[in-house]
Amino acid sequence: MNVYADNAATTRMSDTAIEVMLRCMKEEYGNPSSLYTIGQRAKEILEEARQTVAAEIGAEPGEIYFTSGGSEADNQAIRSAALLGKRKGKTHLISTAFEHHAVLHTLRKLEKEGFRVTLLDVHEDGLVRPEELEAAIGDDTCLVTVMYANNEIGTIQPVDEIAKICAAHGVLFHTDAVQAVAHVPIDVKKSGIDMLSASAHKFHGPKGTGILYVRRGVQLLNLIEGGGQEKGKRAGTENVAGIAGTAAALKETAEAMREKTEHITAMRDRLIEGLSKIPHSALNGDAKKRLPGNVNFCFEGIEGESLLLHLDDRGISASSGSACTSGSLDPSHVLLAIGRVHDVAHGSLRLTLGEDITEEEVDYLIENVAQVVEHLRGFSPVWRDLVQGKREFIL
Amino acid sequence: MALYSEKVMDHFRNPRNVGVIEDADGIGEVGNAKCGDIMRMYLKIENDIITDVKFETFGCGSAIASSSMATELIKGKPVSEAMKLTNKAVAEALDGLPAYKMHCSVLAEEAIRNALLDYAEKNNLPIDTVGM
Repeated sequence: MNVYADNAATTRMSDTAIEVMLRCMKEEYGNPSSLYTIGQRAKEILEEARQTVAAEIGAEPGEIYFTSGGSEADNQAIRSAALLGKRKGKTHLISTAFEHHAVLHTLRKLEKEGFRVTLLDVHEDGLVRPEELEAAIGDDTCLVTVMYANNEIGTIQPVDEIAKICAAHGVLFHTDAVQAVAHVPIDVKKSGIDMLSASAHKFHGPKGTGILYVRRGVQLLNLIEGGGQEKGKRAGTENVAGIAGTAAALKETAEAMREKTEHITAMRDRLIEGLSKIPHSALNGDAKKRLPGNVNFCFEGIEGESLLLHLDDRGISASSGSACTSGSLDPSHVLLAIGRVHDVAHGSLRLTLGEDITEEEVDYLIENVAQVVEHLRGFSPVWRDLVQGKREFIL
Repeated sequence: MALYSEKVMDHFRNPRNVGVIEDADGIGEVGNAKCGDIMRMYLKIENDIITDVKFETFGCGSAIASSSMATELIKGKPVSEAMKLTNKAVAEALDGLPAYKMHCSVLAEEAIRNALLDYAEKNNLPIDTVGM
């Protein structure tokens, strides 16, 4: 059996989106900036896509900018808000310790440029406390950027409350909603979000296309110098096929999710229940306030990469926050942020389910993860020490 | 291209000499759980020959494969020869490791050396007689 359980990394492309894109590439190859018919047809496709995307998140078409991906959208939103804030003498930025690197590294760079950054604690449950955010806001705060849902542990942040606090203090609020858009219902107006980033390939769209929503009235600086595309905010000939594919995938996935959220949530909870039976294991992040398809566990006494390789042999695609898979000496900053110690964070496993996951597949995941964990513990010196009482169990 | 060579994957999937030797003549350990790699080597030595070797490893695929290959390379060998085992030899025997995984082969070399030093210490053997 093959189970693709890494939908937070990327998703299989929607057939509808592929068809739309093929038609764009084969027939609608005109430049949307050209005045002749095939150029204007491409322009129409672009604007239709903008309307579709806007409608899905409760925005107006004029508030949607297409980018090369979630990372670019994050970079632009944060950098723009910071530089505009600085013009008013506001150089304080607030975020969380477990943001995506597109946010964290942008903030780190701004710190070197003289900005002050506060990273909020996300506690053991992986949730920001609105009152702690409010306490962190000062007169010089120009931006709060808190992700909608975490990419590793899937915890959904109290976005509405955060937005309300930001509005009350006159501070801009940006959210990296890369993992959330199409997966949970989002309404930027109802929530009071000023800026939002999304990425198409996380909802069965193409890679290389992202969305930046910027509320009307919020100024936006461009990141790239060039032509006047996207109202001058994002230069470069538009990726028409990618953008059309993005809109088609978003519409399709959001519709599917409205029907299937209950099913995926049930599958997620079945998986959590099954994996919880593995001794000395623990779920990472709040059990309920998390994305419908996200499961993230730590297993004591084993290392994540070897777990992934064995699962791959059994047809299961998954990911881990171990150092060996992150390419650095430290395990995932997300797991460290929720208080997991290094020893345990190395043994983490993230399974992110697709909309069509079946009960049979979930049971296959449970059975195989349990077997591989047992196999690896069988010759782990750490596990031996734990069992023999030479080392204390953490989980 | 695959992450690892077929040889690495073979030793990862079917690690040789896995386990413990209860009455080992030398035990060596390297690494720590904080860094995500621990290797423990157990040696049985008779008449200066490594008659048996077992390992336990907490770590990634290349750490497990490196431990396994290292045990194969020293089994049945005289202590002096085992003392000369290099990480390079382990990596070459595995048909290479990705550059950022070379430290796994270093850990295997060190774990075996530590086990041999433990053996020398327990038997009051001067270090140079074990080939350093």
